[in-house]
Amino acid sequence: MIYRSFIPREVIAQLDRLQRELQHPAERSPSIRGGAPGSFPAINLSSSPTAIEICVFAPGIAPESLDVQIERGVLTVSGERASALPASDAQSTVHIGERFAGRFRRVVTLPDDIDGAAVAARYRNGVLHVSVPRRAAESPRKIEIN
Amino acid sequence: MNHDTMNPARQDDTLLPAVDVIEDPQGILLLADLPGVSKEGLSIHVEGDVLSLAGTIVLPVPEGASAIHTEVSAPRYHRAFTLSRELDAERIEAQFKHGELRLRIPKKTHAQTRRVEITID
Repeated sequence: MIYRSFIPREVIAQLDRLQRELQHPAERSPSIRGGAPGSFPAINLSSSPTAIEICVFAPGIAPESLDVQIERGVLTVSGERASALPASDAQSTVHIGERFAGRFRRVVTLPDDIDGAAVAARYRNGVLHVSVPRRAAESPRKIEIN
Repeated sequence: MNHDTMNPARQDDTLLPAVDVIEDPQGILLLADLPGVSKEGLSIHVEGDVLSLAGTIVLPVPEGASAIHTEVSAPRYHRAFTLSRELDAERIEAQFKHGELRLRIPKKTHAQTRRVEITID
């Protein structure tokens, strides 16, 4: 008996792939420093030919209490966010308490060709944007074969 | 997995912002994390008894930069709450600073807690 499915095989294959991706949402070989979903603050990294752009999603923090450091190609962002939840108090009830509170620290490895001396950082709308310029790339060079 | 943050194909995706909801005798305080949203990009609506918060994320990343690692993977936030009858949606006060929304939803004056006397026979 041959069973025939009404659902095309590629649909099944896509569902299967989707299910695997949901089980392993991160990249196949994630960074040794993690980056699990739910870490605070969330970080987006992007790269252009001239700079590495880092967006750190850290809302509700006084800019002066944020600390950004680059050392040997490793970027560290740390700071503290006070809890908004009231101290145990018979007068108020916390119905939902999802927001992060406390000290935080996140570490990101940057590519090798960055210029750590010319970093610009700006905090706006709760996002810390760090722009790390890349060193001017050497122009492509043809290698002669003797 | 698609790591392209602002891919137009994913425009409909929304993120659920983290919130704190604290109730005291005068009303409810709702705090929401909406990093990347400007004052202009934020919208707060009350329709019937549903309060909805929405915000568009605008990042200062130049066009053409390619994503290496993405944790904030959708271009907007959206979250809705059902308000209960004793809350006064007309008098909601909102403050928004550094991507943190602070909404104060007062209770209607007559709905504020009244101590109920219990008579024991």
